[in-house]
Amino acid sequence: MISLRSVCKSFGRMQAVNDVLLEIAAGEFFSLLGASGSGKTTLLRMIAGFEAVTSGQILIDGQPMQDTPPHLRPINMVFQNYAIFPHLTVRDNIAYGLRRLGTPKAEQARMVDAMLELIALPGYGDRRAHQLSGGQMQRVALARALILKPKLLLLDEPLGALDKHLREQMQMELRSLQRQLGITFVLVTHDQEEALTLSDRVAVMANGQVTQVDTPSGLYDRSRTRQVAAFVGTMNVFDATVRTDGSARIADVAGLGVMALNGCSQGRANGERVLVALRPEGLGLSRTKPAGPAHAVAGQLQARQYLGRRQLLHVKVAGRAAPVTVATAAARGEDPWSGDEGSPVWLTWAPDAVSILDPT
Amino acid sequence: MARYTGFHRPNRPLALYAGAFAVFLYLPILFIPLFSFNAGVYVKFPLEGFTLAWYADLFQREPLQRAFWNSVQVAAVVSISSTVLAVPAAMAIARYRMPGKRAAVSFIMLPLVLPGLILGVALLTLLNGLGVRLSLVTVALGHMVICLPYAISVLLPRFIGFSRSLEEASADLCESTWWTFLRVTLPCNMPGVLACLLMTFTISFDEFFMAFFLSGTEPTLPMDIWSQLRFPQDFPSLLALSTLILVTSFLMVFASLKLGRIGLVQAKEVR
Repeated sequence: MISLRSVCKSFGRMQAVNDVLLEIAAGEFFSLLGASGSGKTTLLRMIAGFEAVTSGQILIDGQPMQDTPPHLRPINMVFQNYAIFPHLTVRDNIAYGLRRLGTPKAEQARMVDAMLELIALPGYGDRRAHQLSGGQMQRVALARALILKPKLLLLDEPLGALDKHLREQMQMELRSLQRQLGITFVLVTHDQEEALTLSDRVAVMANGQVTQVDTPSGLYDRSRTRQVAAFVGTMNVFDATVRTDGSARIADVAGLGVMALNGCSQGRANGERVLVALRPEGLGLSRTKPAGPAHAVAGQLQARQYLGRRQLLHVKVAGRAAPVTVATAAARGEDPWSGDEGSPVWLTWAPDAVSILDPT
Repeated sequence: MARYTGFHRPNRPLALYAGAFAVFLYLPILFIPLFSFNAGVYVKFPLEGFTLAWYADLFQREPLQRAFWNSVQVAAVVSISSTVLAVPAAMAIARYRMPGKRAAVSFIMLPLVLPGLILGVALLTLLNGLGVRLSLVTVALGHMVICLPYAISVLLPRFIGFSRSLEEASADLCESTWWTFLRVTLPCNMPGVLACLLMTFTISFDEFFMAFFLSGTEPTLPMDIWSQLRFPQDFPSLLALSTLILVTSFLMVFASLKLGRIGLVQAKEVR
């Protein structure tokens, strides 16, 4: 559907987008996730045609786009500030793009009605932009783009200006709309929760480059870098040294001892310094030293973050400055670690929970 | 206990100064309408009674009416053409980065600070050298030189405050640059364009120096007034005429300033 081939963009001496390679499939809900200044919006604006590509190529359905102006691309966009035309009514805003297609007036009216129905704003047709709330403007911007039946819809932080409750509701609506229409969506967001909730695949961007492209669960379970790991949730990251233990490779972590490296140690030399990562869900906690061969480390429960059924426990371990974070689930009506701050505990971890991060 | 008086306390000396300022500025002007209703021919106190005769007299003067229509024609042509020229110029200045932009803008604004007398002589010399016959057309040309910088200074803040994303949205919705201009840029900036039309119309209508040097056989209204000043018995009628011009100009400039501001606040909200 859309291919980005070594796309670069520089503004003067500043390299905004650097060598981005992406393939986005038809019907996919794809997100570009990154902090502000990571180049994600510039990338989106290049796809839409508002910024010229400095080098590299953008292809849509195999067609190179560098000589196609924005108004001739089979793409529509929902702008960050919605860009609803203030001098037109909601109806005229939605019908705006139909003029060029030469749609007869009666047919236009019918299509606009259908769109107002789709965005659940029937009866709002005669209002103007300043009479709409943020969420309503967002829907009008969506309808205005979708009425042209684009192959590709670009969304630039579409939910950024909405409050939390409305944002979650619009997220669900966006997702079901995308399923229903089967249009390819490319979303730009700095909100990792939004990206993970909505997308089929996510590209994490930093400093103008794509750090990792994966499914939401792939990003969570197989974070490639420390920055991706931190972006998609809480992650314990440890400096470690790779060692050989018989035929197996192990990581030696200060304060925690050795961790098995199952399969993720390929190409690592003996004695190499690496970063190993462990999600809080991969760790376990008990009050007494667990029996059996599992490796266990003594520590002290320092702080507790209650998050409903799930809670995050921060454990201080001798020889480590920062506490280790453990996630536990509790059954209904139970709060197993209540009031245990300061008490001694034992940490364990599953051997397959450990992964190695790329440096940087 | 001392009462706290903050930074925003009323400032009596400043208020007095402002009052004196307004009196100094407008008192001379107020004499014009005052004596236009005075029954006596000479401008002196005491007043000799109320009359509308001088206003009625205006309708008897054929040359004056001709001059009035000449001025309206010139002002209409000048206001429309200078606005049409200033819109793309203001858009370009607001939008694009170009080398030497600041210098170019200062250069465009130069006629604002040039004395009208010098500009008039300069244009007369130029047109004579080119062998152009003086007429209302040459007056209009001279007026455009004066009006363009005003037009640009009225339009520029509009286009600077205008959110680019509206134009991008239009392009995104399959409209070409030209149609985007007609369907989005122009209607959204209409208050500014109207303000510009009113402002340039008023300037051209009241202008004297250019008309003095560049008009041929057909005078504009200020020229006609100038030529009538020799006849003392006509002076009260001129005061009546001046009063009408004063009121109309004031209303038009006031409307243009008001219009010029309308959308600016809105544009900020949208962004």
